[in-house]
Amino acid sequence: MSKREDFEAAAARSILIKDGPYGTAIQRAGLSPEDYAAGTGLTQEQKGNNDLVNLTQPQVIRAICDSYIDAGAHILATNTFNANRISQADYGAEDLVREINVAAARIIREAVDARGDGVARFVAGAVGPTNKTLSLSPDVEDPGFREVTFDEIVAVYREQCAALLEGGADFILIETVFDTLNCKAAIMAVKQLERELARDIPLMISLTLTDLSGRNLSGHTVEAFWYTVRHAKPLTIGLNCSFGAEQLRPHVQLLSDIADTYLMAYPNAGLPNDLGEYDELPETTAALTRMWAENGRINALGGCCGSTPAHIAAMAQTVKGLPPRAVPAIEAKMQLAGLEAFTIAA
Amino acid sequence: MSNLSTALFVNIGERTNVTGSARFKKLVMADDYEAAVEVARDQVENGAQVIDVNMDEGLLDAEKAMTTFLKLIAAEPDIARVPVMIDSSKFGVIEAGLKCVSGKPIVNSISMKEGEAQFLEQARICMDYGAAVVVMAFDEAGQADTKERKVEICSRAYDLLTGIGFPAEDIIFDPNIFAVATGIEEHDRYGLDFLEAVAEIKRRCPHAKTSGGLSNLSFSFRGNETVRRAMHSVFLYHAIPAGLDMAIVNAGQLDVYDQIDPQLREACEDVILMRRPDATERLIDLAESYKGKSAADEKAEEEWRGWDVARRIEHALVKGIDAHVVADTEEARQRYDRPIEVIEGPLMDGMNVVGDLFGSGKMFLPQVVKSARVMKKAVAHLIPFIEAEKERTGLANQSKGRIVMATVKGDVHDIGKNIVGVVLQCNGYEVIDLGVMVPWSQILQAANENEADMIGLSGLITPSLDEMVSVAEEMKRAGMTMPLLIGGATTSKVHTALRIDPAYDGPVIHVLDASRAVGVASRLLSDTQRDEFVTTTAGEYVKVRDARAGKGQSVLLSIEEARANFYDAFLSDKAAPPLKPGVHSFADWDLADLRDYIDWTPFFRAWELHGTFPNILKAEVVGETAEQLFADANAMLDRIIAEKWLTARGVCGFWPCARDGDDVTLHLESGHVTLPFLRQQVKKSRERANMCLADFIDPAGDWMGGFAVGIHGIEPHSKAFLADKDDYSDILLKSLADRFAEAFAERLHQHVRTDLWGYAPGEQLTNTALIKEEYRGIRPAPGYPACPDHSLKPILFDLLDVPGNAGLELTENFAMLPTAAVSGFYFAHPEAAYFGVARIGRDQVEDYARRRGVDVATAERWLRPNLD
Repeated sequence: MSKREDFEAAAARSILIKDGPYGTAIQRAGLSPEDYAAGTGLTQEQKGNNDLVNLTQPQVIRAICDSYIDAGAHILATNTFNANRISQADYGAEDLVREINVAAARIIREAVDARGDGVARFVAGAVGPTNKTLSLSPDVEDPGFREVTFDEIVAVYREQCAALLEGGADFILIETVFDTLNCKAAIMAVKQLERELARDIPLMISLTLTDLSGRNLSGHTVEAFWYTVRHAKPLTIGLNCSFGAEQLRPHVQLLSDIADTYLMAYPNAGLPNDLGEYDELPETTAALTRMWAENGRINALGGCCGSTPAHIAAMAQTVKGLPPRAVPAIEAKMQLAGLEAFTIAA
Repeated sequence: MSNLSTALFVNIGERTNVTGSARFKKLVMADDYEAAVEVARDQVENGAQVIDVNMDEGLLDAEKAMTTFLKLIAAEPDIARVPVMIDSSKFGVIEAGLKCVSGKPIVNSISMKEGEAQFLEQARICMDYGAAVVVMAFDEAGQADTKERKVEICSRAYDLLTGIGFPAEDIIFDPNIFAVATGIEEHDRYGLDFLEAVAEIKRRCPHAKTSGGLSNLSFSFRGNETVRRAMHSVFLYHAIPAGLDMAIVNAGQLDVYDQIDPQLREACEDVILMRRPDATERLIDLAESYKGKSAADEKAEEEWRGWDVARRIEHALVKGIDAHVVADTEEARQRYDRPIEVIEGPLMDGMNVVGDLFGSGKMFLPQVVKSARVMKKAVAHLIPFIEAEKERTGLANQSKGRIVMATVKGDVHDIGKNIVGVVLQCNGYEVIDLGVMVPWSQILQAANENEADMIGLSGLITPSLDEMVSVAEEMKRAGMTMPLLIGGATTSKVHTALRIDPAYDGPVIHVLDASRAVGVASRLLSDTQRDEFVTTTAGEYVKVRDARAGKGQSVLLSIEEARANFYDAFLSDKAAPPLKPGVHSFADWDLADLRDYIDWTPFFRAWELHGTFPNILKAEVVGETAEQLFADANAMLDRIIAEKWLTARGVCGFWPCARDGDDVTLHLESGHVTLPFLRQQVKKSRERANMCLADFIDPAGDWMGGFAVGIHGIEPHSKAFLADKDDYSDILLKSLADRFAEAFAERLHQHVRTDLWGYAPGEQLTNTALIKEEYRGIRPAPGYPACPDHSLKPILFDLLDVPGNAGLELTENFAMLPTAAVSGFYFAHPEAAYFGVARIGRDQVEDYARRRGVDVATAERWLRPNLD
């Protein structure tokens, strides 16, 4: 069976659990600037370049991954949110993009394969949004200006995705999508790779909202976003980051009704407090997400900012035995989108 | 899912298409993307569910224009909310567009014209971008005309597309709507072929959609709107159940099926469904009786006459009904102690309702002007009583403020100024209108004598901008401080900030349109808001100036470099010499003929109703007003023609000539005459040329022409309307006279192409196609972007003896009198196209002054708008 089929079989049986974030966990490891840069010969300060840690301190990443597997996660993402040429250029580490991603995927692959306990687990090669946007002008005086072109973004994603697959990723996870056009470029990159490598590359796509009304930064509603990326035939569609589970609920519900594929959501651990810290207790997050499961809204569940292995474990515990969301059969209709969705009746 | 926008039948907005909208094309050609974006906004506001964007124009870098425009509208949430249709015959342009669109667009179009391999390659690319596609029923052998061919091609395309995994629900077939009732027997089945093909395609191709361009269908009835609308409606009535999902259509060109005259409906159905052999003849016969009929609703609603008098007055004001207002005002006068109380009471209450409705966008300018007519009539009835009371008691009434208004020296255009005047009067301001061509001395004198609170200046032609600066300078010299309001089509906030504001010490305010006038006046006269308003506005102008100063302007080439990059027209394509050379004058062109050539869109724009005719008549917000205005305009047109109010006089001529640098030298029997033209100097991207009109003329010998047309005879009617306090009819007449002048220019140009010059004898174009300028050759006017120097008019007037042949005169600033007039040059080269000269350098100004035989200062004055 292909990994796609494995996933479909697992998702048909139960709600799958995705892992939590790496950033805070790496911080807790208390690495020094030298630890970050070790052996790379990079001259610029690398502290905070969490993606580089895959290469320089693989044991740290492996330990975090193991803690999530122990907590019950089935979907293990790579620690590569910023491991793309644009973001790495800020650290002068853009020439290490391939190595970082290959190493990152390899660590998670090994951690997953080491278990040998018969539980289906998957390596999701995580791809962040980059810090450039294709839909918006950074210059308010010149709304037609763009900092970067579609083809450049495609090339950036293509490089990263190719390396993640090389290192053993099962899927590509395009996450924290704040700009829909960037996401389309990522999809294009994967389509090109599929043709080049002559293989199926299952996609997971996860949108992030910038305000409670339910639009991302480029202004797309949840519906418009889904219709815009549906051509990618993603294995999962969903939402991550933005808010806590409580605020995310109506948007998960909406997407659950219209998406004819698996739904994966990984909210933050509540909203940050006055100090910018997440203090929602694992039990609270778990109770909130349990409601999604009880209402049949969810196929895969995990954590974003502020979540710890304890949060993941609490979620895994609380949804255990609850049936996964049944993927709805959606009537084939022409569904177009500007910032808003537009459906032409069948 | 109730919050999702769902449609059963989709109308696709077609105005952001350079092949479908002359206006949009002009804006894009002139790099005026800001205004082009507004076209898109208008469309969406008027209910377009998808907007079609097309930049296929020979002189444009279509890829650049497409991506620039798509990126700009992406920044406008009001526009970007609807899906885009990326429309081009060049796939490269389509793909460039796909890289800029963040939602899920439609690609229009791909086909099997170049074979299956290319078709599938393009489909695959569309699929990778997640776009839906329009597939034209076109294959290697050509466009599908019969039902069998349509079905065969579409089925084949469907199988190919679904075979590569293209989602069936993302396919739209366009099986080609062709004209019926053309008199050619083979065309009789076209309607039925399409309908049957749609049904069969929908049956064979599950989930696929169908679309079509509707206006072709009724092509043979151009000019007969009633019949065209009926045909379109009947066609859709049958096509939608057959499975048609969307159409590129003028929503204004549709009627409600049930409301079509049953006889006409049946005749249309006979033709479209090919129900009888003589169907075409019968429809043609019947069509005669529908020529020029208005669909105005005659419903008389007299119920309101039974209401209380105050409510009747309010109703009359809001609805603009003047039939009973004098009687009602008299009734009210008898009920109040003093006549002024009628004004301050029911009349002002009613006008306040009008003001509120106008302010909140629920009433539109034509209605407000009508309300003003009612108000004026009521006030006129009360004035004698008020005067009598004043004599008796010495009491006077107060206006909110007094404004002196004028169209500046050298300019004769006053429609806009009159509209502003009416709107201000409606809102209780006293307006002292000095008329047109008013020198600064008279303006200052009137302002002082009348103790005016402010001055309003208006103008339409570009030299008026300088004239306004002069007025401002003279006001400063006279030590005046009252606010100066600037308005009119060529004025702008930028010009006001850069040139007028620094010339005067008092407040200078640019008023964008009539709807802003009241807000500006009231704030200027408010004790509490004035200072803040004046400071804020002045601050904005400083910002504009700073932005200008700091802004890196586009790079100018030297005039030599620009000339080296001239437009290299394919000169062997030049037109043959005219069949009928010499000067031709027309003393009285048939107005009924011109009526069919009227371009209505600018007419509505003059009334501040934005949208494209005829869609505007059905537009969600302004539709009702537009329809009423259109009915009033047609009623007046009927009278103008039947009672012969106006006379259309015109002249045109053709001369042998040759290009000589940027000059065109005319070789006349009496000697040589030089027409100097201006060349674009802004550095162009890629292969675009620095254009000059002379580029369309062969240095080895060629021909060009000129024309002037004018509409005479409005004065007595205008006076009669004003005497009757009827500004509405006065403005209506003037705006119709303008339309007649433009229609005459269009009609004469056609006559030139098909007969006098005769280089396009077989040309057959609908009025829509004429408005879209789908013909060969151009007629640029002096003072407009391609030859911005108004001062070429005297040369043209001499060449054609325009005063003698068309009765037109020029003012000192080269405005034409009477106002409803158009003049210009004819260029016949097939590649001749409009462009904007835009900014030019000092080297060209000096060169031009030499060529034109004037000093540099004079040339600078003439070319001011094109200078830095």
